[in-house]
Amino acid sequence: MTSIDHLVTTGRGQTKFVEGKLGTAVREGVKFAALMFCLSIPILLLRIDSDIDHKPFLQLRWTWPLLAAAIGFLVRFGGLALASTGTKISSKINWHIPPSLSRYFATAGLVFLVLYPLLMLALVGRAGSIKWIDNFGIQVMIYVMLGWGLNIVVGLAGLLDLGYVAFYAVGAYSYALLSTVVIPLYVPWLSPWAFWVCLPMAGLLAGVWGILLGLPVLRLRGDYLAIVTLAFGEIIRLVLINWTDVTKGYAGISGIPRPSFFGLPFTAADNGFAARFGLEFTPLHRTIFLFYVILALALLTNWVSMRLRRLPVGRAWEALREDEIACRSLGINTTNTKLTAFAIGASFAGMAGSFFAARQNFISPESFTFNESAVILAAVVLGGMGSQLGVAIAAFAMVGGTEILRELDWLKAIFGNNFDPTQYRMLIFGFGMVALMIWKPRGLIGTREPSLFIAEKKSISGDLVKEGHG
Amino acid sequence: MPKDAVPLLHVEHMSMRFGGLVAVDDLSFIASEGEITALIGPNGAGKTTVFNCITGFYKPTSGRMALVGGGAGADEVAAVTQSGRRYVRETNGKSVFLLERMPDFQIAAEAKVARTFQNIRLFAGMTVLENLIVAQHNALMAASGFTIYGLFGVRSYRSAEARAVQLAKYWLDKAGLMNRADDPAGDLPYGAQRRLEIVRAMCTGPRLLCLDEPAAGLNPRESADLNALLRLISREHSTSILLIEHDMSVVMEISDHVIVLEYGIKISDGSPEDVRKDPRVIAAYLGVEDEEIEVAEQVVAELIR
Ligand SMILES: Nc1ncnc2c1ncn2[C@@H]1O[C@H](COP(=O)(O)OP(=O)(O)O)[C@@H](O)[C@H]1O
Ligand SMILES: [Mg+2]
Repeated sequence: MTSIDHLVTTGRGQTKFVEGKLGTAVREGVKFAALMFCLSIPILLLRIDSDIDHKPFLQLRWTWPLLAAAIGFLVRFGGLALASTGTKISSKINWHIPPSLSRYFATAGLVFLVLYPLLMLALVGRAGSIKWIDNFGIQVMIYVMLGWGLNIVVGLAGLLDLGYVAFYAVGAYSYALLSTVVIPLYVPWLSPWAFWVCLPMAGLLAGVWGILLGLPVLRLRGDYLAIVTLAFGEIIRLVLINWTDVTKGYAGISGIPRPSFFGLPFTAADNGFAARFGLEFTPLHRTIFLFYVILALALLTNWVSMRLRRLPVGRAWEALREDEIACRSLGINTTNTKLTAFAIGASFAGMAGSFFAARQNFISPESFTFNESAVILAAVVLGGMGSQLGVAIAAFAMVGGTEILRELDWLKAIFGNNFDPTQYRMLIFGFGMVALMIWKPRGLIGTREPSLFIAEKKSISGDLVKEGHG
Repeated sequence: MPKDAVPLLHVEHMSMRFGGLVAVDDLSFIASEGEITALIGPNGAGKTTVFNCITGFYKPTSGRMALVGGGAGADEVAAVTQSGRRYVRETNGKSVFLLERMPDFQIAAEAKVARTFQNIRLFAGMTVLENLIVAQHNALMAASGFTIYGLFGVRSYRSAEARAVQLAKYWLDKAGLMNRADDPAGDLPYGAQRRLEIVRAMCTGPRLLCLDEPAAGLNPRESADLNALLRLISREHSTSILLIEHDMSVVMEISDHVIVLEYGIKISDGSPEDVRKDPRVIAAYLGVEDEEIEVAEQVVAELIR
């Protein structure tokens, strides 16, 4: 009996408690809704449209601010109500992906990528798969490679580089100019091999530019380094626009030779790839080949940076990110160490750039805006600085996500014909970033794997790992 | 300082100004090979500034700091100073390093002067073992053929790395950190972090080890561990120690030679016994007027015992 009495009283007490909280939640919700309503009036209420004669007229859309107010109410009310029931929304999610799991995941991802073109062929047939392999697969892999390259600079060495796209541009223009001007003029017999010869050269040139920029700039730290690298990115773009004699300015460079299958061109001609292997000619061959080329380049980037991480130079990068002064007290030449990080990161961007030029067949300065740097950097930061798998997943989500949004045509059935999902791209990114920064401030995979161990390999919590300061 | 001591570091007329503030004023002293030289003085006396000058983190406003080896004397130092070079290492083993001319990392790498910091500077997100491997960067970098051999896992590099791990294990053992080797350095308790910072500096194979207040904030047990470690370093390794310390009992117990600074000026220099009896030192530590020194002397004598 007593125990039941006890239950009843506590039960009643608790309900009352919740009621009190609910009252507050409703009040707060209404306040919040009013605020949202007022704020959204200037932004959402007024819309200028043009009528049939192209005359502008003002449209009042009262439903929009009301909708904003309703959402505001629901969010605030819901949050408070949840909190009152004792549901704790943890301020940080502390899942640590165990290294074994991420290894399985990485292996599965690799197998998937290797089979991807065939999978697409099987799923959507020849006509449909070009889009999926090229626009989706190759595009994503370019950014994965760039993310991995930038990860060396930002994630390992802790140098905030906002102008990474500059090295991508150097690589692209190196290949474009070498293959359309230099090779046909001086070494025409090299033409079938142009891509394969220029790829390392583009990497080398971009690396040299990395050193040239790095020499004066790497004395700066933190914010200053970020600003100067940002400016460098813009300078390169402006040079590309204005040095019309060489770069043809806005018009860009076209007719850039496509990569050959190690000397065999992908043409319908008798000496082409298809004829030589007794296959029926289809442009798909080249697309699939390009996919494997960028996959191999990305994996090379990954292999080299994982390898370097376990070598003195890579450990010095990470030590530099942790504490530059301590590094110098141990006799590490920090300027050289930063330069190697900058140069190696830049040369991977250069190779990615030359691949990009070869795949596009046409390049112009428009492809190398700050926006590209921002996307690559976002992939590195969101993925978890220093984590190869995290960066790959983030690049996949950011670049692939955009492409997938284009495919969501069926949403038109719900939201009407004017609905274009890609327009919500930035909104979705924004929400994603905010959510990640609240719950996983160190990125998707924020833990660090030690580069060597004596008894047991233990992951290091992201809270201890520094972000670097330039 | 015993008569037969061999000088290692000559600091001559060193001054350091920050704007109008003279942090170190015309300081001269000698640290001898194989000894523990203590640098003491009240807060703000300029001790850390002296360290920063010796290790190249600051350029002194004036003065010369010569680290010598292989029996190089005043003549050799004068010759290098004249020549305008940063350092000279002769084939007969004589070497002179003019520290004021060298950048910080070169002082650590070439002159073999290692240091710790008043506020510990570990690579917190790296494991204890990694901290000790990073300290052997220059040797490993050469062994990895500046990364080229290393990239392809050449055997000579792998054995160099194994040797580096052996050295790290030796120091882990000495610092009592063996069972924490695979933990992140930032997770260690304070006393262990201090010891790790010291053995990390030792992994660079230094001739002179500069320790900035290593016992600050340690409990008595940790303090005793630290003293044992310092004695081991000084006895079993040919490493001389320059020590900044506040804890007088530590200073009196382990140092061979004490230098006292006050407001950037050297006020006493000698054996621990001499310094302890020096009225100016007592006055500086208790902040008393000159006429009260004798009273203070008695008070201090009792306190120390
Ligand atoms: N980088 C600096 N800039 C300006 N003043 C400094 C700097 N470093 C030290 N000082 C000043 O020099 C004096 C000596 O400081 P410090 O060497 O840290 O003393 P100690 O280590 O003996 O406590 C202090 O007055 C301090 O404020
Ligand atoms: Mg100090």
